[in-house]
Amino acid sequence: MRKVIHRKLSKSILSLGLIILLAFTTALSAQGDPAKGKSLFNANCAACHQLDKKMTGPALRNVEARLADEQGLDKDWIYNWVHNSAGVVKSGDAYGNKVYNEYGGAAMTAFPQLSNEDIDNILAYTAEVKAEAPAAAAGGAAVATDNTASTGGVSNEIILGALAILFILLAAGLYLVNKTLRRFASAQNIELPEETKRTPLWKAFVQNQFLMLVVAIFFLLSSAYFVYGYLMQVGVDQGYQPVQPIHFSHKIHAGDNGIDCKYCHSSARTSKTSGIPSLNVCMNCHKSIYEYNGETTPEHSKEFYDGEIKKLYKAAGWDDAEQKYTGNSQPVKWVRIHNLPDFVYFNHSQHVTVAGVECQTCHGPIEEMEVVSQHAPLTMGWCIECHRTTDVNVKDNAYYTKIHEELSKKYGVDKLTAAQMGGLECGKCHY
Amino acid sequence: MSSNKKYWKSVEELNENSSIVETLKQNEFVEQIPADEFLGDKDALEASSTTRRDFLKYVGFSTAAASLAACEGPVVKSIPYVVQPQEIIPGVANYYATTIADGFDFASVLVKTREGRPIKIENNTLAAVNGTANARVNASVLGLYDSLRVQGPKKGGTSISWSTFDKETNQKLTDLKVAGKEIVLLTQTFASPSTSKLISEFKEKYGNVRHVVYDAVSESAALDAYQAKYGERGLANYDFSNAMTIVSVGADFLGDWQGGGFDSGYSKNKIPQNGEMSRHIQFESNMSLTGANADKRVPLTPSEQKIALAKLYSYVVGGSVSGSLPSHIEEAVKKAAAQLKKAGSEGVVVTGIQDVNAQTVVFEINEFLGSKAFDPKTPIKTRQGNDKAVLNLVADMKAGKIGAIIMSGVNPVYTLPNASDFVAGLKKTELSIAFSMKVDETASETQYVAAAPHYLESWGDVELKKGHYALTQPTIRPLFKTRQFQEALLKWNGSDVSYHDYIKETWGTSILGGSSFNQALHDGVYVGAIATETENTSDAETSADVPSGNAASALTASAKKSGLELTLYTKVGMGDGQQANNPWLQEFPDPITRTSWDNYLTISKADADALGLMNKHVANGALNGSYAKVSVNGTTITAPVMIQPGQAKGSVGLAFGYGKTKGLKEEMQTGVNAYALYKDFNTVQNVTIEAAAGEHEFASVQLHNTLMGRGDIIKETSLEIFNTKDKKHWNAVPVVSLNHKETPVTSPEVDLWDEFDRSIGHHFNLSIDLNACTGCGACVIACHAENNVPVVGKTEVRRSRDMHWLRIDRYYSSEESFEGDNEKKDNISGLGSSLSEFGEMENASVNPQVAFQPVMCQHCNHAPCETVCPVAATSHGRQGQNHMAYNRCVGTRYCANNCPYKVRRFNWFLYNGNDEFDYHMNDDLGRMVLNPDVVVRSRGVMEKCSMCIQKTQKTILDAKRDGREIKDGEFQTACSAACGSGAMVFGDINDKESQVAKLKEDKRMYHLLEHVGVKPNVMYQTKVRNTTEA
Repeated sequence: MRKVIHRKLSKSILSLGLIILLAFTTALSAQGDPAKGKSLFNANCAACHQLDKKMTGPALRNVEARLADEQGLDKDWIYNWVHNSAGVVKSGDAYGNKVYNEYGGAAMTAFPQLSNEDIDNILAYTAEVKAEAPAAAAGGAAVATDNTASTGGVSNEIILGALAILFILLAAGLYLVNKTLRRFASAQNIELPEETKRTPLWKAFVQNQFLMLVVAIFFLLSSAYFVYGYLMQVGVDQGYQPVQPIHFSHKIHAGDNGIDCKYCHSSARTSKTSGIPSLNVCMNCHKSIYEYNGETTPEHSKEFYDGEIKKLYKAAGWDDAEQKYTGNSQPVKWVRIHNLPDFVYFNHSQHVTVAGVECQTCHGPIEEMEVVSQHAPLTMGWCIECHRTTDVNVKDNAYYTKIHEELSKKYGVDKLTAAQMGGLECGKCHY
Repeated sequence: MSSNKKYWKSVEELNENSSIVETLKQNEFVEQIPADEFLGDKDALEASSTTRRDFLKYVGFSTAAASLAACEGPVVKSIPYVVQPQEIIPGVANYYATTIADGFDFASVLVKTREGRPIKIENNTLAAVNGTANARVNASVLGLYDSLRVQGPKKGGTSISWSTFDKETNQKLTDLKVAGKEIVLLTQTFASPSTSKLISEFKEKYGNVRHVVYDAVSESAALDAYQAKYGERGLANYDFSNAMTIVSVGADFLGDWQGGGFDSGYSKNKIPQNGEMSRHIQFESNMSLTGANADKRVPLTPSEQKIALAKLYSYVVGGSVSGSLPSHIEEAVKKAAAQLKKAGSEGVVVTGIQDVNAQTVVFEINEFLGSKAFDPKTPIKTRQGNDKAVLNLVADMKAGKIGAIIMSGVNPVYTLPNASDFVAGLKKTELSIAFSMKVDETASETQYVAAAPHYLESWGDVELKKGHYALTQPTIRPLFKTRQFQEALLKWNGSDVSYHDYIKETWGTSILGGSSFNQALHDGVYVGAIATETENTSDAETSADVPSGNAASALTASAKKSGLELTLYTKVGMGDGQQANNPWLQEFPDPITRTSWDNYLTISKADADALGLMNKHVANGALNGSYAKVSVNGTTITAPVMIQPGQAKGSVGLAFGYGKTKGLKEEMQTGVNAYALYKDFNTVQNVTIEAAAGEHEFASVQLHNTLMGRGDIIKETSLEIFNTKDKKHWNAVPVVSLNHKETPVTSPEVDLWDEFDRSIGHHFNLSIDLNACTGCGACVIACHAENNVPVVGKTEVRRSRDMHWLRIDRYYSSEESFEGDNEKKDNISGLGSSLSEFGEMENASVNPQVAFQPVMCQHCNHAPCETVCPVAATSHGRQGQNHMAYNRCVGTRYCANNCPYKVRRFNWFLYNGNDEFDYHMNDDLGRMVLNPDVVVRSRGVMEKCSMCIQKTQKTILDAKRDGREIKDGEFQTACSAACGSGAMVFGDINDKESQVAKLKEDKRMYHLLEHVGVKPNVMYQTKVRNTTEA
């Protein structure tokens, strides 16, 4: 009994202490540096934790206060947990085990390298008040810009309208003057000089056979030119920019975040196809990236991007609230942009891995494209042009050693183009 | 100077009063074109709802619409995986080792899959036995994508679910067990340790269970003989690479004799090395693939075969036998015996006579010789059927003694000679289930059809030969709601382990002996010494035939001759007929008759003449044949007749596997069912034949052509000449006259073209050894599968529009031998002689020599096709390949006309997605087999062998990516990779150390039609025949 009382007593003392501590904590955490904390948080914690959202681990906003309030756990507990969570769980700590089981029985990675000061900084960052809607301001700005644009349009129209009215007035005035003059003339019986009937210009033109011939030839040539131009663009889809089922921005991924193309299009290294990443590749990152916090435009707002991430979750069957897969997945039907005809064999790995060609060489500045379009014409002439001018990357490749030596002797050159290696032969691409 | 010559247009001009000649002087046609008749028929024209103006409007509108529509590119969707399997990279092929065991074909193979789809079968080089895929195994991948497969379990024709199936069948089986009625499992030969164990467990559970193993084409006699002599049910194994003298009496061991797979060993000793090669003497009735390859072939009737074998026994082992043979056969038997004795342990005798005494005689001869090729210690396990047990079963079923019958891998209603008895018996059973991939003849008679998966979707294990195990693993998820027989047995046994786990357990406990299962699965094969528990088929033991004490004399006693004797055989393409719905195999031309889409009665010319049967060539060059009624003991079938050179007089032949009526497309329902004549499971039957009305239209890709003494197509010589004489005697380079001097055609001075420097980079060459090539045709199907070659159907083949990129030409000699032809041709002089003798030479001899020659595009360095193409669609690559750009081709067909080898193929029609060609390329399922690296050609373009440029390019790219040089043997074409006999060797001749570079310098090397001077990149090795008599 005494023991129990003691415990109770100690507990109450502890809680008292905690309350006191709590009173201090704000002061203490104020001592921590939220800015440093933010960078530490992003470097160490962000893979599994967010401030306001349950992820692999729990949401961490105001974690310190919450733990103290709800669980009565002090900062030392947090230090211990961060340094060695598995140990805390093992020691039979009640809350520790509860959290451990709630999050699928996966122990949090231990961070012994974080000093208590570091943890303080992080806690300071987590204790920051949530910033309220900068989006609203951005939205307002967008509306404003919209307005200026539309005023510009109106003023132009007014000027044009005024000019048109002026022009009509002028024409009417001239007509009236002419009419009045004629009336004067007829009134005063002045005979208007009859214009001599000359052959009209068009008739003279028609009668001149040479001119007709020249015109006919010109006409035929120019129409042939246009017909040729028209036919040559049939099937050439340069600039093809279809709407995709999910608005995937290469600009954000490859440009802003600098993700390597081959992280997602990994089969470009080994296969003929570059491969559209499967949804599990997307989810590698998007499990933790559930919202967009980058730059926005009026057209593509934060809500818009977040909505697209939601689409991804739906397709991959990811329940973001519960942080688990539901199993109801729907494959995404992307619209293929670069279509080579069936009778052309193209191999990505030959170009990417062997030749070391940059993706952008053919696909254009992908990292700047919000919506991807076909950059190159993908015509045979375009392929050939490159094969004629590009030197083969023979460095450190034992396959090329012998053939390069022999061929460069034969052609008397140091470097060899793809064409000299036989890259223009029909059968290399058509079989 | 003007000429008074009169030019004759027609014999009609001889007739002075001919009105036709008179009319033709005035008019272009004898009769008026009936245009007026047509246009004059006002009523008909007006009755038509489409007026001329409307018609023109429609034409104009549709043309405009079509051209407008063509300008709009289609929207292509790309759908990636949600979760991409780790081992799959789109665009990169994966290979899995597995084993086919369909009851007829057993082979360890590699399966090439693309994006999870199996698309091609290749040889498993790790397998010590049965590692080469024959034509049927190569084609088996298409069976996976058969649109007529059963897609789920059925009861009485309506689909049910597996749970219903389980509930109902479990109930029935339990009821039968309680009632004590007999349950029968009628299955193919599984040769599977795990299945045997499962069946034993099933027997334990249900008590009164009988397991009957049934091979459609039985080897029961050989099994019985082996069992009587060696105490185990199996077939003696032969390794022909240890034999220098091979005597075969009616054994088609290069075909399907005793399970097949002997050709690679056989070919090894066919290549002359150090002046030696094997000698093969064949006694047979039908002209078989084996007989065609023999050094000496003796045609004789089946009853004479028995006597010949008995006599061979007496000459080799001793003792005397009665019976007489025609003197020339007697002589041949004596010589064969002498040769065998001389060879001693290097000799071997085999026989295909379905007689337990004959098989015993062979064992005794081989044991007497101490033959190294004869291996009774590792018996072949892939045939285990028992004729007597099957016949007993049918009798019991008819008597109503059987409660339930469960069948797997068999189609007895089609393959049994007494199928009607079987059907009657089936009606009397209380439960009948057929595990089948199709609603075939049997499955449509049973209560339940249990949809079975294809072997590429199944798990399994096989003991191919004693101690040689192989694993079957799925290479794709089941396409339909199917369940394999073994899974069902597990369910019935009340077990809930999967068959995969079951195999793993069986292997772990009794086969692997500690080795890794995953390694065995990776290799596909495992060689172990540990004996496995074999299922006790007590039934089989009691009903096995036992040879009589003096087998040889018993053999002669059984040789009774009456009238014509029919030998039933299996064709290389169709086998036992399981794959009859496979268009690749239907269109595969038989190596001997070169006829596709048919079976036929082969008969000798003499017998055909006597019976009034004939073959004739019609105007378009195709072959027509009479029909004949073939009767055996009251069963009569009508089959077309094919006059076969080399067919023994007094004998006829007919192939199994055709005449199926259910579970296959209408186009594939070809030929007649020979199983109806397979009485008592004896392949030899006494028949009466009479001519029937009508003419049959064959689809032959080559007629019964002779070589006509044109030794520049197939160069052939005898071992003696080869060993003793200089190369110029038997493999001379043709010469042309330059400044009145004989100059070899290969020298640059007589060349029309300037030679390019081809010494840099790769230069591909393909060498084909005519000695090693058996003509089996595995390469033909491999090429078909690799290159998306379309199937064109019987009528188109008949019009010579077959699309095979690779054909195997078969030539007969007109005299006894090709050498005789050459002599005869050389001695022809004068007009009279040449008219008559050339005419004679067109006809094949009664027993001709046969030669096979695979011909594909020869990839000429100085290609005549390239120079005539008006649009430069075909051009030459630096690596020696003759390229064909299909998208550039406009279809003038000049190239085909200018090709001396006739290897170019024209797409007369669109063969894919066209209802007129309702084969695999006409449905989405069948198109899954297409190789995504090779374009599917459209109508109006020429196509041909590309020397598998997609494969050579892939090899080069892999090497570039790894940054290494290419080793010899890495370059392969589909045909060279499929060739199990080593006849085809492909490689880079600029790699001086490569095998092909050495073969190019071989003294046997020649080019086809070398005198045309086109410098082909395909070379042949002169055929050498061992004609040395003992």
